[in-house]
Amino acid sequence: MSVSAQTSVAPVRRFSGRSKRVLPGFGLSLGISLFFVSLVLLLPLTGLVVETSGMTWDQFVFTITDPRVIESYKVTAWTALAASLFNGVFGLLLAWVLVRYEFPGKRLIDAVVDLPFALPTAVAGITLATLFAQNGWYGQWLDKLGVEVAFTPIGIVVAMAFTSIPFVVRTVQPVLEELSPADEEAAVSLGASDGRVFRKVIFPSLWPALVTGVALSFTRSLGEFGAIIFIAGNTPYVSEVTSLMIFIRLQEYDYAAASAIASMVLLVSLILLFAINVWQSRFLRRLEGR
Amino acid sequence: MSLHRNRVGDQPWVRRTLIGLAMLLTAIFLVIPVVVIFTQALSAGWSTLAGNIMDEYTLHAIGLTLFVALLTVPLNLIFGTALAWSVTRFKFPGRKLLITLIDIPFAVSPVVAGLLYLLLYGRNGWLGGWLSTHDIQLMFAWPGIVMVTVFVTCPFVARELIPLMQQQGSEEEEAGVVLGASGWRIFRKITLPNIKWALIYGVILTNARAVGEFGAVSVVSGNVRGQTNTLPLHVELLYQDYNIVGAFASASLLAAIAILTLVAKAFVEWRQAKSEHSAPETRGV
Repeated sequence: MSVSAQTSVAPVRRFSGRSKRVLPGFGLSLGISLFFVSLVLLLPLTGLVVETSGMTWDQFVFTITDPRVIESYKVTAWTALAASLFNGVFGLLLAWVLVRYEFPGKRLIDAVVDLPFALPTAVAGITLATLFAQNGWYGQWLDKLGVEVAFTPIGIVVAMAFTSIPFVVRTVQPVLEELSPADEEAAVSLGASDGRVFRKVIFPSLWPALVTGVALSFTRSLGEFGAIIFIAGNTPYVSEVTSLMIFIRLQEYDYAAASAIASMVLLVSLILLFAINVWQSRFLRRLEGR
Repeated sequence: MSLHRNRVGDQPWVRRTLIGLAMLLTAIFLVIPVVVIFTQALSAGWSTLAGNIMDEYTLHAIGLTLFVALLTVPLNLIFGTALAWSVTRFKFPGRKLLITLIDIPFAVSPVVAGLLYLLLYGRNGWLGGWLSTHDIQLMFAWPGIVMVTVFVTCPFVARELIPLMQQQGSEEEEAGVVLGASGWRIFRKITLPNIKWALIYGVILTNARAVGEFGAVSVVSGNVRGQTNTLPLHVELLYQDYNIVGAFASASLLAAIAILTLVAKAFVEWRQAKSEHSAPETRGV
């Protein structure tokens, strides 16, 4: 099997170098792609450049270092970090259970993992706010323990964690599936404990995928808006996320300030996107699908 | 002891603990929230739910949402297919950059996405000024909603197709060329059957996001009831009005679409696995 696979791969590689001349549609497909990418993705960026270039440097710095905005950066950063780390653990657990074990309800779990991507964020937001409200199904129990989630930064963590659950599961799952059992079985048969084999044999091949999943989850959480605003309470200096700050500046018709803050957010997300791409091409084969 | 296990986590107690924990957390975070949506929507009875959905503004929001999805999906289907064809069938400078660029909407906050469009096409934008002198309004109207929805959903189809088409290689299409088939015929008869399920999968994901987009749409819509209110925005509006049951009635429609999406996705994955199994020779690996 593996021998035939190798021999069939080699000629394709050699052939594809010439395929520019063989297959039709290069001009048409690239034309459509470039037109679309320019019009939909790149052209809108010019609006941001024009708007922020109308500001003086001092105005720009003043806007992005406003104390209320600075607090929003801090809140967004630590809640996104907490949410993505939680998903690192929860996602690893789900991926492990789905790949390694057979049990009733497995297919259902595998299907509902993608729910946060399918469910509109506003729906997730009002649902979580209702569940964690003081009289909600979860809120009343947490209230007895003295934990407040709704209208606090913890609510933001919950919303961010919910909306980004699938990332870690779907990046770790395929890697775990393809892990060769040989080393693991050898280590186990030599009497090493489960924990030790996991740390020394399994984790080293798993962690690049885990880091990718956590980074994707973090990036998504930084930009999340819909799910958060319903549960966060949106108290200035306490539970305002940066995407809400942009939204508030827009409602005040302060387009310049909104653009200045947005340019910082955009810069961070593009750096993260680029870093994740470099990381993936170094450590992982291109992720299939999601 | 070691006789009973040969891989990590095979011991019954480890197995049971991990499965139990996974089930518990899945129930808390994923299953019960869906149950809450429907119990809240039904908390005042079936007739209230029906009344809430048949409400004039809700019906308008449903119509607008479907209209936006109906325009967005075909556009991104064409773009995604063209992009996947160009980057997997040809080598050219800037190919890697193009693949990275289409991930931008995944990384950018929806609010920032909406803002980008507002700045360009809004009344004060450099294109918007020209548009408003010609009496064309894109922002705070349905075209703006469609535009930002196309932006946030444009990676889905391409992201599904690229890995698959890369893996399949272009031998079959090249054989078609040698046999003298036209480009369109090659695409329809050879490529399309091979990528059919991935294409459908991409459409399902695009549709789900197009129906549910909130942040970006919220920036460019203007939220006028009965005019530019999509279903997710309508959910927010009712919730802010303290009409919780009404908000969950609309939310339950969106949740139903989400559940249908998951079912369709599971079905497509099953078909994909089946077609992979029945035609292993078409795959590179």
